[in-house]
Amino acid sequence: MTRVGAAIVLLAVLAAIIGPVIVPFDPADQELALRLEGPTGQHWFGLDELGRDIFARVLSGARISLLVGLVVVGVSSLVGTLLGSIAGYFGGLVDECLSRVMDILLAFPGLLLAIAMVAVLGPSLTNVILALSLIGWVGYARLVRGQVLRTRELEFVQAARALGAGTPRILARHVIPTALPAVTVQATLGMGGAILAEASLSFLGLGVQPPTPSWGTMLSYGKAHLLEAPHLTIFPGLAIAILVLGFNFLGDGLRDALDPQTQSRLKT
Amino acid sequence: MGRFLARRLVLTIPVLLGVATLVFSLIHLIPGDPAQAMLGEAAPQSDVEELRRRLGLDKPLVEQYGVFLQGLVKGDLGTSLRTGEPVTDQIVERMPATFELAAAAMFVAIAFSMPLGILAAVRRGTAVDHAAMTVSLAGVSVPNFWLGPLLAIVFAVELGWLPVSGRGTWAHLVLPAISLGAALAAILARMTRATLLEELREQYVQAARARGVSRMRAILRHAFRNSLIPVVTLLGLQFGAVLTGAVITETIFAWPGIGRLLIQSIGFRDYPLVQGCILLIALTYVGVNLLTDVIYGVLDPRIRYE
Repeated sequence: MTRVGAAIVLLAVLAAIIGPVIVPFDPADQELALRLEGPTGQHWFGLDELGRDIFARVLSGARISLLVGLVVVGVSSLVGTLLGSIAGYFGGLVDECLSRVMDILLAFPGLLLAIAMVAVLGPSLTNVILALSLIGWVGYARLVRGQVLRTRELEFVQAARALGAGTPRILARHVIPTALPAVTVQATLGMGGAILAEASLSFLGLGVQPPTPSWGTMLSYGKAHLLEAPHLTIFPGLAIAILVLGFNFLGDGLRDALDPQTQSRLKT
Repeated sequence: MGRFLARRLVLTIPVLLGVATLVFSLIHLIPGDPAQAMLGEAAPQSDVEELRRRLGLDKPLVEQYGVFLQGLVKGDLGTSLRTGEPVTDQIVERMPATFELAAAAMFVAIAFSMPLGILAAVRRGTAVDHAAMTVSLAGVSVPNFWLGPLLAIVFAVELGWLPVSGRGTWAHLVLPAISLGAALAAILARMTRATLLEELREQYVQAARARGVSRMRAILRHAFRNSLIPVVTLLGLQFGAVLTGAVITETIFAWPGIGRLLIQSIGFRDYPLVQGCILLIALTYVGVNLLTDVIYGVLDPRIRYE
C-alpha cells in the first residue's frame, strides 16, 4: 500500500506541474454554449456551469491543494517541532505556558477554529493557509514535546551536556533528530489532512475564491447542478479522495517502517 | 474517585477561560473597524457608531472582556445583528437538531465499525483483513462533502428511497448520518482491530480457551469487551470531529442545526451569532472530553491514580 500511496502522490505532483501545460484547454476559458455538458472524447471530465473544461480545472486545482498542503505542513511542522522541543527540553514555566496554549487550541474541535478565523479575516487562500498553520502546529508540538521529554534524560544527551555542548546544539544535533521520524509520519498524514481542510473551507465558501480553480470550490458550485450534471461533483471529489488516500497510504506505510512500536501494535 | 473528578474539573477551568478569551478576541481580529465590517462599507457613520455602542466596542478592551465573561456566566451571548433575537435563544432552538444528527452519525459509525474491526482482527493477515483495512482507510480519505451529494444522487434522486434534504422524519436522518459517520466508522474500525488483536494475545483469553470456551465466545465475551475501553475513549475524542463535520453535513442536507446556523451567520456577517455558535460547539467538545476522561477513570481505575 505504501508503494500505491507513493505512486498516487508522485502522479498528483506530476499532474500539477505539467498537467496544465499539456492539456489543450485553459481552466478559465469558457464555452457557454456547451455549459454542463457531460464527459466526451474531447472534454474527458465534461464542462462546468460556465462551460469550462473540468479536467483542466482539476489539474489546476491539484496545484492549489498541494501548495496549501506543503505550506501548511511545512510551517506547522517547523513551528511545532521548535516549540515542542523547547517545551519538552526546558520544562518548568516555559513548558507550562506552552502546554496551556496547546490545551486551549486543542479545545476547539478540528476545523472549527479555522472556520472562525477565516470568517473574521475574510475568505482567501492566504487566510486559509494562515488559519490552518496556526492550528496545525499544536499536533507537532505535542508529539515532539513527548519525544523530547524521553530523550533529554538519555545518556547521550547528558554526555553531550557534560562535554560542554550548548543548548541550541544539543537540541539541534541530538534531541530534535530523535523526533524526526515521528514528525515525518505526522507530516505525511498531515498533507492529506491539510488538503481535506482546504477543500472543506473552500466548499463552505470560506477558502479559495472563484475564478481560481480549487477542488472544494468546484464541489460547492457542483452542488447546485447535482441533478442535471453530477459530473461537476464526481470528478473534483474523486481527485480529493484519491490524493488524500495516497497520502494516508504513504503515511501509514512510513509509520510502519519508522515506528516499530506502532507497527507491532497494529499488525500484532 | 471524588478527588480524580475534582482534579479533572479544576484542570478544565483554565481551558474554558482560554476558549472564552479566544472567542472574545475573534471580533477584534476583524481587519479595520469591526462595526463597519459588519454593516458594510456603504453604511452611514451614524449607524456604525450606533452598532459600535450596542456591541460595547466603544468601551475599553478590559471592560468589554469583563462584560463578555459576565454575560457568558449568565448565558447571555448578546443579540443577533440580523434578527435582533438573543443569540442564546437561536442556538438553543437549533441544538436538538445537531445533537440528533451527531448521535445518529455515531450510531452509524459504531454499527459499521465494530463488525468490520472484529472481522479484520479475527481474520488477521487474510484478504478479508486487507480489504477491511483498505476500505477503512478509504473511508477516512473520502470527504463528507463529496460522499453526501453522491449518496443523495443514488438514494434520493435515482432510487427515490430517501428525502434529499431537510429534517422531520427518520428517513431524513439516514443520508446525513451515514455521510457524517463514515469517517468515524473508518477510524473506529482500525482502532477496534488493533485493540482486539492486543487483547487476543492476553493470557486470560488463552485460559478461557483452555477451559473449553468456544473461540467465538472467547473473542466476543472476553477479548472484545476489554478492547472496548480505548475504543470508547476514541469515540469521545472523535466527537469534536463529528461536530465540525456536522457544520458541512448540515450545509449539504439543509439540516437546521447549529452548523448551518454558523455558516449562515458568517454569510450575514452576524458576528455575535458566529461567536455564540463557535463557543457552544467548543464548550460541548470540552464537556464531552471531560466526560470521556471521567468514564475512562471509572472503567479503568489505574487512570485515577496516575
